Amino acid sequence: QFGAEFRRFSLDRYKPGKFEDFYKLILHIHHIANLEVMIGYADVHGDLLPINNDDNFFKAVSSAHPLLRVFIQRQDEVDYSNFGTNTLSRKKKALVTLRNDNLRRRPHINISMPHDFRPVSSIIDVDILPETHRRVRLYRHGCEKPLGFYIRDGTSVRVTPHGLEKVPGIFISRMVPGGLAESTGLLAVNDEVLEVNGIEVAGKTLDQVTDMMIANSHNLIITVKPANQRNNIIRSSRMSGSSGQSTDSTASHHSLPTSHVLQNFHPDEMESDEEADIVIEGGLEPQHIPKLHSLTSNSLSRINGSSLSHRLQRDLVLNNNSGRESNGNIHKLLSSLKTDPRHSLVIPRGGIEEDGTVITL
Amino acid sequence: MRRFLRPGHDPLRERLKRDLFQFNKTVEHGFPHQPSALGYSPFLRLMAIGTRSGAIKLYGAPGVEFMGLHEENNTVMQIHFIPDQCQLVTLLDDNSLHLWSLKQHSGASELREEHRFTLKGPPGSPPSATQITAVLPHSSREVLYLGTESGNIFVVELPSFRVLEDRTITSDAVLQRVPEDYCNRRSCELVEALREHPKNPDQILIGYSRGLIVLWDLQNNKVTHHFLGNQQLENLYWQRDGSKFVSCHYDGSYTQWPVSSDNRQPEPLETLVPYGPFPCKAISKIYWQTTKNGLPYIIFQGGMPRASYGDRHSISVVHGSQQTAFDFTSRVIDFFIIFSSEPTAESDDPSAMVVLAEEELVVIDLKTAGWPAVHPPYLASLHCSAITCSHHVSNIPLKLWERIISAGSKQNVHYSNMPWPIDGGTNIAPDPPQRDLLLTGHEDGTVRFWDASGVCLRLLYKLSTVRVFLTDADPNDNMNTLGEDEWPPLRKVGTFDPYSDDPRLGIQKIYLCKYSGYLAVAGTAGQVLVMELNDEDAEHVVDHAEADLLQDQEGYRWKGHEKLKTRDGPVRFEAGFQPFVLVQCQPPAVVTSLALHSEWKLVAFGTSHGFGLFDHQQKRLVFVKCTLHPSDQLALEGPLSRVKSLKKSLRQSFRRIRRSRVSSRKRRGGSGNASEVQEANAKFDQDTLQEMELAPVQRKIEARSAEDSFTGFVRTLYFADTFLRDSSRHCPSLWAGTNGGTVYAFCLRVPPAERRMDEPVRAEQAKEIQLMHRAPVVGILVLDGRSTPLPEPLEVAHDLSKSPDMQGSHQLLVVSEEQLKVFTLPKVSSKLKLKLTALEGCRVRKVTVANFGSCKTDDYSENDLAVLTNLGDIQIISLPFLKLQIRYPCIRKEDVSGIASCVFTKYGQGFYLISPSEFERFSLSTKWLVEPRCIVDMPEVTSNNHVHNKSGMENAVRKS
Repeated sequence: QFGAEFRRFSLDRYKPGKFEDFYKLILHIHHIANLEVMIGYADVHGDLLPINNDDNFFKAVSSAHPLLRVFIQRQDEVDYSNFGTNTLSRKKKALVTLRNDNLRRRPHINISMPHDFRPVSSIIDVDILPETHRRVRLYRHGCEKPLGFYIRDGTSVRVTPHGLEKVPGIFISRMVPGGLAESTGLLAVNDEVLEVNGIEVAGKTLDQVTDMMIANSHNLIITVKPANQRNNIIRSSRMSGSSGQSTDSTASHHSLPTSHVLQNFHPDEMESDEEADIVIEGGLEPQHIPKLHSLTSNSLSRINGSSLSHRLQRDLVLNNNSGRESNGNIHKLLSSLKTDPRHSLVIPRGGIEEDGTVITL
Repeated sequence: MRRFLRPGHDPLRERLKRDLFQFNKTVEHGFPHQPSALGYSPFLRLMAIGTRSGAIKLYGAPGVEFMGLHEENNTVMQIHFIPDQCQLVTLLDDNSLHLWSLKQHSGASELREEHRFTLKGPPGSPPSATQITAVLPHSSREVLYLGTESGNIFVVELPSFRVLEDRTITSDAVLQRVPEDYCNRRSCELVEALREHPKNPDQILIGYSRGLIVLWDLQNNKVTHHFLGNQQLENLYWQRDGSKFVSCHYDGSYTQWPVSSDNRQPEPLETLVPYGPFPCKAISKIYWQTTKNGLPYIIFQGGMPRASYGDRHSISVVHGSQQTAFDFTSRVIDFFIIFSSEPTAESDDPSAMVVLAEEELVVIDLKTAGWPAVHPPYLASLHCSAITCSHHVSNIPLKLWERIISAGSKQNVHYSNMPWPIDGGTNIAPDPPQRDLLLTGHEDGTVRFWDASGVCLRLLYKLSTVRVFLTDADPNDNMNTLGEDEWPPLRKVGTFDPYSDDPRLGIQKIYLCKYSGYLAVAGTAGQVLVMELNDEDAEHVVDHAEADLLQDQEGYRWKGHEKLKTRDGPVRFEAGFQPFVLVQCQPPAVVTSLALHSEWKLVAFGTSHGFGLFDHQQKRLVFVKCTLHPSDQLALEGPLSRVKSLKKSLRQSFRRIRRSRVSSRKRRGGSGNASEVQEANAKFDQDTLQEMELAPVQRKIEARSAEDSFTGFVRTLYFADTFLRDSSRHCPSLWAGTNGGTVYAFCLRVPPAERRMDEPVRAEQAKEIQLMHRAPVVGILVLDGRSTPLPEPLEVAHDLSKSPDMQGSHQLLVVSEEQLKVFTLPKVSSKLKLKLTALEGCRVRKVTVANFGSCKTDDYSENDLAVLTNLGDIQIISLPFLKLQIRYPCIRKEDVSGIASCVFTKYGQGFYLISPSEFERFSLSTKWLVEPRCIVDMPEVTSNNHVHNKSGMENAVRKS
């Protein structure tokens, strides 16, 4: 059933939206809505990489030039032993592989798919940060564990044009045993905190940083300069990240990239499901306030999904004969999208095309 | 993408913002914190007050105010006006002299520092050689005489501060002709006082601390008279005609000395110890004022019998057989007498005495029998009992204004009718655009109503809630009831009284409806009073209800303070706001939020346990809602009282420190046992403070959870007529926001006016919103179909506001400490938000809707949110799109009490406490700006009017 169908459609390169919506779109296009599938893509080196969350979906879209080759495989057929690299060059058949830090080191352990796990933490933006820094995302979502760490004031030494300079900094002072922060193993006492959810902490007081962290506690992303620099990820080549957006790392050794926006994370995108407030109608006394997704957000996403497919069908009809999408066109579409307050729309209006051309690999 | 679209790239909007917003700190209201020096110019009729922080403030006629600040922030020790000039000289505790002048600039006078100068001795000389102790600005206006610790008197030229070395009066020169035996006994020591002869500007009187006084001839540079005092000298005063002078001494005595050309070394005429015969405290300053009828006024500071009254801060006025020792509530910094400065007048004829005490300004009318106090139009002691909360009401209707003033005037009968005697300068500020009231709640259970319309913050009326309750304080225990023949004839003056009888009486929340005159006041022990304005005295029973906020929560015991006991039977109330309903929350925790709807006749109140709604028309409790999380044991037991008590004990120890500065002795009435306990407490407090400092500063990073303490703490209450249930019918509603990020909405059914007394008000919970980020909810607001905030109750009925748009869809704005969020109504789905904390690390402390008018056109105004953050910044945020317009740093972030005290007005102004006794007023608006604007003109000086008999006034030397 798989492998025989090819579809071509376009996405907003800079605002691809959510993985979940993309997933639905794929299922819809291929009329396989009732199947559990794995989605993968081919990166610039020809590695087959999975698409299974917002981050790697975004990475996939942003690294596509100009085409993103997407591979779909029925989930129970995924060959878990085919981790690692060059799967694509070896095999012509579409396969899905996984790649994450744990798996890369110990590639022979069979690990089930990430959505069978609850994500606890991840290292993100490895490709755009200096090697001395680490950006850690803690998922407290649905987790009963406390975040479990403390921060303190301290002094940090920076390299400046005038030589070494002592500047005030914020450091992790204590880890609560059994807490989320400790259990990830990605944070340690005396790590210097550089950013909180993409906002630099330089010049901010301990209390301000505390407030920022607590305000972001649902989805805390902190960039640290680990006290222990030996466990850093060493990239094989400085200039070749897995995406084409690798920054000039020689320049960014001692300072963060000039853009303070997280590459793989857009705060606005997270909100609809991260922070749905709970509204209880009527005078019923709630015995227990549910902690997770509210009904509203679920129903909203349902609504989005259905209207999306509706529009998709219409657009398919309308654009049946139009030509290929150019980059300029994408930007135009992008700008028309800016006003959408929800930012969860995956496909811009008129952005879905099917020209019927069969793509051969 | 939105984050790249910063507001502010629209040039039209940018221009409009410039027309709407501007930040100014305009004026400081209240009494200067820690005053340290006083000066007065009878020529300009201006008074100057210096403070320990280096501020100098000038006051004249009401509205005439100037302020200056010495860069060094050092204590101002002395202030001297230059005779017949718009200039003054200040001496700081770093021994520097500063020349200030009032100059006109673009139509108004400004106070500017012109020069500064530090007297330098020859190299190698000790610092005491040039340590200035006395300053005399000479009536020639050309030189200053500077007496020093070494006994030398230096002469500096004005305004250049050039030292005229050849004119220095050395102690050697003075001692030349002093009799040997006297000279041997004592050296000159420091110069205690310098006084110019009232009739002969070429003669100055020099007093040295050991008691020697000499009259120095400036022309011939020699001593003409020696007065061999044998008591340590405190101060000197010339009598008007220059034939005699008075010296006052450390032992509580004063001495009159004759000055005549035939005796160069006269004996004293008379020496008196007014409060003898037992040892007395020093008389540090004295006035001898002549009158037409011949009986002089002798006015002196101190001199009380050491043993029994040594702790009093007194100034005695003696006039013939009349004698009163005015007993001040705090240390007397300095005082002066206002008297006839007419050079042709035969006598002084004093009219008023102006006393600067550490905590208040007291003016005594000396013309009226009984010497009553004069009600000052400014420099009010805001802190006469500690301020616990404040509430501002803009644009008071004239009727209500007049009724409040009339109620207040009945309280002020014991004041003198004398016009304010310090009346220099002209206020040229435009009349205030509207009548504004600032209400301050105090620790002693009083609410003070201040006229906050203009530059002078004036007390209009004082309301006390104490009468409703039975307190420990016995009303008959009046310290003022002293018998007729009591000696010394002490009389308490002043209002400063920071010692609260019962901290439970403290006022925590105030809400005044300016249209109906209903006032709701809530306090520390869960008491909520609803009052009505009555122009007459009345005696009536206050209806009393109890609101059990714990309801079905069983098995918990409140460990905080007890509720206040109420008085049975009718209570007599004076004209003004009279309570008719009292609701007491149970447990009696501090009331944390209060709302009054005068149209629906409902009052809502919340504590750390829950909230309730009371129908004050039918005098019936409508409902209560417990907001407590069952696991929140701390809040149940009243840990707030524990937190509070630490705060309280800290405050007490600060007070103790202050008190011990004020006087070394204990206040009368404090038993020895209590003071021991207090000392132990103070030591304990100190220890805890030190421990706190030793602990490493670290902050726990943890998400908020439902199990946190104090999540049930009700932070805000709000009434709105809006679409709560469906989008077709609107209804009255009550909204409550808690510390745990929960918003409760209740649908209310208020019977129509004709059946208002017959049918009960009903309430039903319609919604409960749990904000996912769980930050404390500090503000709730409903925007109508035009995105305009709903008007206040009765505002529409009084034609002062357009009716809200009930056609379009309403929106709900919830402001938490961390973010501002707009929801649709009735569905409550999130529409947009501004995440303040996540982006900037600041938290919302205060938020208000303010109306901003354009300074360019009269027909444009808009509503925005004024937000004060915990960093002390003020941000203006647009409605309904929540775009940050502008940000101003306002209060230091360390100034927690300043931030907590901030109150915004409806037209973009605000107040916050810069000290316990002073409000800083600021304005965010280009249009509404209340700031002093005044002119001080040089009074006409005719050629033959150049006299010196005022000079005694200018040399008001501060004694410490």
